[in-house]
Amino acid sequence: MSTLPDKLALNTEFRHDFAIIADWVKLGSKVLDLGCGDGSLLCFLRDSLEVKGYGVEKDDQNILACMHNQINVIQMDLEAGLSGFEAQSFDVVVLSQTLQAVQNTEGIVQEMLRVGREVIVTFPNFGYWRHRIQSMAGNMPVSDNLPYQWYDTPNIHLCTIHDFDNFCAKHNIIVKERRVITDDQPVHFMPNLMGSLAMYRLQAP
Amino acid sequence: MTDTSSVGIVAAQTAHFSDPLALKSGEILPAYDLVYETYGTLNADKSNAVMICHALSGNHHLAGKYSEDEKHPGWWDNLIGPGKPLDTNKFFVIGLNNLGGCHGSSGSKSINPATGKPWGSSFPVLTVEDWVKSQARLADYLGIEQLAAVIGGSLGGMQALQWTLAYPDRVRHALVIASAPNLTAQNMAFNEVARQAIITDPEFHGGDYYAHGVVPRRGLRIARMLGHITYLSDDVMGEKFGRKLRADQIKYTFDVEFEMESYLRYQGDKFAETFDANTYLRMTRALDYFDPALDFKGDLSAALARAKAKFLVVSFTSDWRFSPARSREIVKALLDNELSVSYAEVTAAHGHDAFLMPDPHYHHILRTYLQNIEVGGSA
Repeated sequence: MSTLPDKLALNTEFRHDFAIIADWVKLGSKVLDLGCGDGSLLCFLRDSLEVKGYGVEKDDQNILACMHNQINVIQMDLEAGLSGFEAQSFDVVVLSQTLQAVQNTEGIVQEMLRVGREVIVTFPNFGYWRHRIQSMAGNMPVSDNLPYQWYDTPNIHLCTIHDFDNFCAKHNIIVKERRVITDDQPVHFMPNLMGSLAMYRLQAP
Repeated sequence: MTDTSSVGIVAAQTAHFSDPLALKSGEILPAYDLVYETYGTLNADKSNAVMICHALSGNHHLAGKYSEDEKHPGWWDNLIGPGKPLDTNKFFVIGLNNLGGCHGSSGSKSINPATGKPWGSSFPVLTVEDWVKSQARLADYLGIEQLAAVIGGSLGGMQALQWTLAYPDRVRHALVIASAPNLTAQNMAFNEVARQAIITDPEFHGGDYYAHGVVPRRGLRIARMLGHITYLSDDVMGEKFGRKLRADQIKYTFDVEFEMESYLRYQGDKFAETFDANTYLRMTRALDYFDPALDFKGDLSAALARAKAKFLVVSFTSDWRFSPARSREIVKALLDNELSVSYAEVTAAHGHDAFLMPDPHYHHILRTYLQNIEVGGSA
């Protein structure tokens, strides 16, 4: 009774994307992680950079996991907006590999830019060559970063790096930095084709 | 068979305080008794004490039974005991009956030493602030400088919040459950109807019914019936009673026709037998008056700036009397002050009553949070 189920245990596997995010976050800053899952990223940032972190999650099991990991977590649905958070009240707001699963994409990005002085968005690049080959072969892409079948995927707004660049340009969002990785390695050559995960550091205009 | 997760047979104790208590109303209570129960063992460095603040009709009897024959255990027995979410192997748990109560602590029903008669209407009107002040004195009396946690649901949640404001250094964690930073007009309106039912009962006698050998049973009964309607959700009432008839067919009378009426009358009658009307009036008034933001021009964030504790705030989706939106106001004010806070919005059908139910996910949340509270060495 008094022990927690295994699924609440923290995933301690090294994640290159976390390391890049940590590179972008200053020591001791205040971070809001939207769709924070079990709180892995916030644990990593707390332990490495002493950040003051808060997570937002809607899933009951993830709420328990965050609490188990001693992460401050607020149970709410992102789609309802961030009205419970004051403007510019966080140093950094993170949306890690969740952008593609949200309904109101434009609204959420605007809300993040309102609440955070800086915003970090990461997403699986739909333009990655492995995805393109699968599409060309006539199938919906399945990969490490897109591990779902077409019938059970939560992803409804997949995009490529080009698409997201255009999105930022259209909304006058400042891209401070962009990094692209594949298999934990940085990608510099033809990122929209060679990159599997895109990571952006954004600011409001 | 012995239930190993029960605190077992318990006994209440009484602490007498002869230091006058200055109340928010300006009145002074010269001396008073607080009746309380404890479960578990206070550890060597006194770092494992948890105080439970009760809601409108609660009392100090949280867990266990007074004798093997007692029909029901204490009111939060599903939460408190060895191995339970609030684990008495780890924590020293304190329950008390608030001042103005009718279960042993000083209140209208008890004897005013100055007159030798029941206090009746002359017992002061109390506030959440007054209660918390008296609770801090109980902690002093038990030799506890700092509480590991204060926990309360509903009106109890208001006290837990008040603890963090009145004694920021004396409480490490506050668990504020199914509560609100103040009552809405609608919520106060229910309280006013309840009080009017009591006050207009011919047997109320201005609150001094003890001298007449009567109790305003009818008023108290109606007050409780009204309360019960607001503690349940429409859905759960529909599920529990629906339009079910008591008899086989409609009788075209004003007797009990529907099951729901039978439930309300039963609850009202039971309550009127055991509870004191003056206590009911005072508890609802304490609810009405609580508003920590009032002195800060309605700015709750400013009001909570002096809190230092870590918070767990919990609400229930079907609770319309203390809705999740009200809990989110508390959460926002805590976030504005960069305090540690987690917030869980539990999907539950039982309305406001859900905070007393042993819902597995709700209890898992409390267990997980409480497990992470650090306490010093064992006793």
